[in-house]
Amino acid sequence: MPEEGDIKEIAKRKREWEGSTLKRSLDALPERRKAFTTTSSAPIDRLYTPDDTPDFDYFKKLGLPGEYPFTRGVHPTLYRSKLWTMRMFSGFGTAEETNARYKYLLEHGETGLSVAFDFPTLYGYDTDHTMARGEFGKCGVAISSLKDMEILFGGIPLDKISTSMTINGPAPVVWAMYIVAAERQGIPSTKIRGTIQNDILKEYIAQKSYIFPPEPSMRLIVDTFEFGSKEVPLWNTVSISGYHIREAGSTAVQELAFTLADGFEYVRAAKERGLDVDEFAPRLSFFFNAHNDLFEEIAKYRAARRIWARELKETFGAKNPRSWWMRFHTQTAGCALTAQQPENNIVRVAIQAIAAVLGGTQSLHTNSMDEAYAVPSAKAVKIALRTQQIIAHESGVANTIDPLGGSYFVEYLTDRMEEEAYEYFDKIEKLGGVIPALEKGFFQREIARAAYRYQKETDDKERIIVGVNEFVEKKPIKIALIDMDPEGERKHLERLNRLKKERDQKETERSLDRLKKAAEGEENVMPFILDCVRAHATLGETCGVLREVFGEYREPIIY
Amino acid sequence: MAKLRVLVAKPGLDGHDRGAKVVARALRDAGVEVIYTGLHQTPEQIVEAAIQEDVDAIGLSCLSGAHMTLFKTVMDILKEKGIDDIVVTCGGIIPDEDVTKLKEMGIAAVFGPGTPLQTIVDFHRKIAGK
Repeated sequence: MPEEGDIKEIAKRKREWEGSTLKRSLDALPERRKAFTTTSSAPIDRLYTPDDTPDFDYFKKLGLPGEYPFTRGVHPTLYRSKLWTMRMFSGFGTAEETNARYKYLLEHGETGLSVAFDFPTLYGYDTDHTMARGEFGKCGVAISSLKDMEILFGGIPLDKISTSMTINGPAPVVWAMYIVAAERQGIPSTKIRGTIQNDILKEYIAQKSYIFPPEPSMRLIVDTFEFGSKEVPLWNTVSISGYHIREAGSTAVQELAFTLADGFEYVRAAKERGLDVDEFAPRLSFFFNAHNDLFEEIAKYRAARRIWARELKETFGAKNPRSWWMRFHTQTAGCALTAQQPENNIVRVAIQAIAAVLGGTQSLHTNSMDEAYAVPSAKAVKIALRTQQIIAHESGVANTIDPLGGSYFVEYLTDRMEEEAYEYFDKIEKLGGVIPALEKGFFQREIARAAYRYQKETDDKERIIVGVNEFVEKKPIKIALIDMDPEGERKHLERLNRLKKERDQKETERSLDRLKKAAEGEENVMPFILDCVRAHATLGETCGVLREVFGEYREPIIY
Repeated sequence: MAKLRVLVAKPGLDGHDRGAKVVARALRDAGVEVIYTGLHQTPEQIVEAAIQEDVDAIGLSCLSGAHMTLFKTVMDILKEKGIDDIVVTCGGIIPDEDVTKLKEMGIAAVFGPGTPLQTIVDFHRKIAGK
């Protein structure tokens, strides 16, 4: 990067250029629009030059890969040693159907598993609960018991593959089911690898699959941190997620800022319990969205790594460099998929996936073209996986680390997003922290406003979405959607009823009573939940006990 | 003429509320009185709220795939109670083949992904005009 004197010279020459070369060009051929913006409606200039980042200092801002502040990546070789994990978020219908899908994906080169649960499971209800009406297996797989969990991973060696589970409210229970399923495969908890999402703060903010109020929820999360760091050391006990914040309509900067603010909140809560930051922080992981705007997304990931490293080191006093690492999973933006001309989604997903890879993601899910309709068909999901393989092996983007580092534009955008994130941190601080801010509806209001603006801009054609508000085709859409077993729900319920008849009912009840006492007290609940799972208490029964003790959250209504 | 009153409702467990909130706000900005139920409402609660709030229309939103069960239950309860003066519309992730079935159930309009807000506002203005 140039010296200060050079920067002045560049700024001067740029002004001259604007008055001469550029002016002549604009007079002859004006620009296509008055203002150019990102997907998040953030302004983008015509040209970026070194004077846009006048205080650029290579080692302060970027450093080398694998070294503080990790802007260029947490690994010194990045994808040259090991490609990102290709992890397709999958689940539908029964445990049997989803197990077959996992095997299909693994056979086609997937390198990690990711479980999508249906809504009843996400809310800690068994399939026979009234609130589960119509939801069985629709958005993911239904898991009501240990038996279901064992079928889900039948024939899949849990010491060889890592598994991510998108589960939040009932995370400790579902995690316990996984631990016991592995145990029954003969694999100790110290050998299993994976992630539970377990990020309740963004549930209140965006995804809304919360169960309990914030205080007991935070306690459960810290319980999992504490238990995990001792008993399940290779497990990421939280995946602090911006994905759903973005899907709910936030801008890229809001996604960045709210996610990191949530992350800081978990660190604070765990430190308050007396845990050593360097014991749990290395197991904190992140999860971001990849929307359409290539450079905005790349800058977001780079800024996220830098902010996290700085705050963990400077503010939270972490000494272990592993605590400073932001490792993250990325999923392409579901909200960017169009129901119209669904095949176009293949192209969108490819662009979004490239952003994630150029941003240094550790693992990636690519959406399928038919997901604006339903969970994907086998054919659609294979194309989505192949998209990652083409990016990995054919595009050349994985050959060198952070190839956009040093781009005047990307460095400027990274700095700007970082600054804007800090402005949000200040606002959240002034509201009293993340929990008071969400109770006041701050995040929800910010997101709703951004979502509304996005829709208005689309309606007004200020943003063009191919096939939706431009290049529209009127003909009806023909796309083959997934086939699910129409008898799936009946079979699942039969299994659930049989389980309840065949288990040692007394033992089940005893385990639930013990959990209740532990929850009412201050002990770590994880060992008690594991005992409930071993005694074949169902998800609904176990979460039911916790519901009794902790109560349920009701959100403020904001739009 | 009294102001049009619309209940925007989220039946079932689906937490995807982006669309419902955007529509609620667009209707509100267009001068409609909007009541938003918030999440996790049973069909029974939705009908009850519609009666209590004396609304002219209900807008149901579901993106989880449970629409055929949940929307049908709402329509069945309305029928049972002999309510035929509330216009019901819906939106969400709804495959084409379900659109016909929903209309047969008596749902007046299905606003799928990509529907401009103005279309939804215009539809409700027409109801108000009637």
